[in-house]
Amino acid sequence: MKTLEIESKLVVKEAKSMSGAQAVVQALIDEGTDLMFGYPGGAIMPVYNALYDVEDKLHHVLTRHEQGAVHAAQGYARATGKVGVCIATSGPGATNLITGIADAQIDSTPLVCITGQVHSHLLGTDAFQETDVIGISMPVTKWNYQVTKAEEIPMAIAKAFYIARSGKPGPVLVDITKDAQFEMFDYQYKEFKGMRSYLPKSELDESCLVTAAKLINSAKKPFVLFGQGVVLSKAEKEFKAFIEKSGIPSAWTILGLSALESDHYLNVGMLGMHGNYAPNKMTNECDVLIAVGMRFDDRVTGDLSRYAKQAKVIHLEIDPAEIDKNVKTEVAVLGDAKDSLLALTKLVDKKQHDDWLRAFRDLEQEELKIVINEELNPSTPVLSMGEVINSVNQVSKGDAIVVTDVGQHQMVACRYSKFNETRSMITSGGLGTMGFCLPAAIGAKMGMPNKEVIAVIGDGGFQMTIQELGTIFQSKTPVKIVVLNNEFLGMVRQWQELFFDKRYASTTMVNPDFQAIVKGYGIETCKVTKREELNLAVSKMMDHEGAYFLEVKVGKENNVFPMVPTGASVSEIRLK
Amino acid sequence: MMNKRYTLSVFTEDRVGLLNRVTIIFTRRKINIESIAASESEVENVHRYTIVINESADTVNKVVLQLEKQVEVIRAFYHEDDAIVYQELALYKLPTEMLLAGQDAEKIVRSHHARVLAVEADFTVIEKTGHKEETQALFDELKPFGILEFVRSGRIAISKPMRTLTSIVNELENKINQN
Ligand SMILES: Cc1ncc(C[n+]2csc(CCOP(=O)(O)OP(=O)(O)O)c2C)c(N)n1
Repeated sequence: MKTLEIESKLVVKEAKSMSGAQAVVQALIDEGTDLMFGYPGGAIMPVYNALYDVEDKLHHVLTRHEQGAVHAAQGYARATGKVGVCIATSGPGATNLITGIADAQIDSTPLVCITGQVHSHLLGTDAFQETDVIGISMPVTKWNYQVTKAEEIPMAIAKAFYIARSGKPGPVLVDITKDAQFEMFDYQYKEFKGMRSYLPKSELDESCLVTAAKLINSAKKPFVLFGQGVVLSKAEKEFKAFIEKSGIPSAWTILGLSALESDHYLNVGMLGMHGNYAPNKMTNECDVLIAVGMRFDDRVTGDLSRYAKQAKVIHLEIDPAEIDKNVKTEVAVLGDAKDSLLALTKLVDKKQHDDWLRAFRDLEQEELKIVINEELNPSTPVLSMGEVINSVNQVSKGDAIVVTDVGQHQMVACRYSKFNETRSMITSGGLGTMGFCLPAAIGAKMGMPNKEVIAVIGDGGFQMTIQELGTIFQSKTPVKIVVLNNEFLGMVRQWQELFFDKRYASTTMVNPDFQAIVKGYGIETCKVTKREELNLAVSKMMDHEGAYFLEVKVGKENNVFPMVPTGASVSEIRLK
Repeated sequence: MMNKRYTLSVFTEDRVGLLNRVTIIFTRRKINIESIAASESEVENVHRYTIVINESADTVNKVVLQLEKQVEVIRAFYHEDDAIVYQELALYKLPTEMLLAGQDAEKIVRSHHARVLAVEADFTVIEKTGHKEETQALFDELKPFGILEFVRSGRIAISKPMRTLTSIVNELENKINQN
């Protein structure tokens, strides 16, 4: 390993003789890790053995599946802003992490994943539980590295943390052969300071900022789209200052949810396929579009050839590869969102765009009339997903962290949940990973024990990682689980209804008795089938000290609207 | 958008597995790599890949940004043919007896500025450096002699612009040192 790596002159600790496995644990502690998620097995046993001695400093949560461990680490990272850590054995342990790693990669979640590997002399021999996890994880990691000697461990782990959390964050994987875990060496921790081939963020270009400010200042109908970049760069305050000074209506992407309070006067709602009516429509009406820390995902843009063609686009983004990737920009402001927003705010005029903002509110009224009122106060006896979320809002007052799975309930939770604080919505946006919610909620709750954490899951996705009820049981993690049971793979059924002639191929779910299952894990449960039971049940759940499971029977064939059908333009968003 | 031939020069750290990370960028987008060559560069511990693809300007631009996004890629550039000096090498193995029997062998080798690298009782190896069209032309002329084996290297290329890798690397290292 002879790349140029500049190490800190500050050596934190004296050199100390220890095994590679002890070094792994010590390096994690030196990086500030106090909680990790994982599952043991042959090739990682030395590390577990070393963990046994430091349980007071570095707590390990035993999940019930490695996918649970990686999603829990993601939930922890997204709730706290710290690096999530998970650990697994070689072969099947390592491959079970891959879905979560891919999820973290596309949603820019900082993770350090550590996997055991067979002895180095067995590499490439198809040894027992050998799998090429470096090769398998390469397309879905920001960086990965295989350690075959104990002496590489301190640097590999320090580098892993540095890469995971800097720039555009992401998952990294360090694969450590078993012999390297056993080997004795002199451990010395050195903070990793950077490498020539990786510049986490660009310096601001003053001229771009000036051009951007000019465009903004002369705009009649400016519109801000903001994403997770605001959260990742901890720029919530700077973002708010920017929109408040420039007076620009602002819409969030799914991963931008909660970066601003839900009821901020400039917050005009959610973009995207099942987002709000006004921001989708207005994307094709504005004259200047200012994108902040978002990447114009196809679920946000719909048909690109008819996306914001009338607008001049300004893109504030940390990742140069995102500039002009999907949408051509007039001005690209490369850099960390916090720096860019701070600088740009100084250059923009103080303004209000009252008429333009009112135009958003007018469209919002249409959505209220046609979609929202019925969703939140249905005229039919069957319960809707929206009224459950609404009921949760009433009790949580917007202070809870909402974690979702993937499907209709996700879109409904994203649309109707209220947030006061940042990092209050944790959902699998880019990958859309069913099974994400339950373990992610565990990680979020462990990271933020003082916040209420509410897991909103469909009956389908619940059964993808249902085994993590065991983790909740053993660790006594008081998450609140709300399963919205429509006895269908609802989102797929909706598409079958709308685009496949109601041919409901393999979307009906014959479900087990969830109450009995959850009770088996020693978790308090409740099932709601009637509207009049709902609010009381939600209050009871929220008041309950420990973990709680609330199952609500919702309309089997309800649909989520509005909707921008695939291939349509955002301005063709359908209200029904 | 029209496809064109582009030569990419990718400068990376010297690290096992990096070639895989680089090629994944292409395969994921179903971009065919026409040729690839790997070697050291003039800077210690900096490796370079020379990759030739046939793509639109827009695609090649995006691919280069994705390459540069990789943590251990130092820089990546792309050039059209007129902005580089490039070369390839081809080897041809022929039956010696056929070469001796024919009259033109010597003339062909001379006129193509090829070289005879090895002569054995049963085979002869001829070498030709040149652009693909040139090595192909020799291939076509030698074909009647019965080519036993043929191989062409990936393109290697030097860019015409005068910015040196050393200056780029120095600049990057200075930035890190300032942190
Ligand atoms: C791992 C995985 N497999 C398949 C899908 C495709 N998919 C998206 S939504 C959905 C249905 C989800 O059903 P359910 O969990 O019951 O939630 P609902 O839509 O009914 O709220 C499916 C199968 C997916 N997103 N993830």
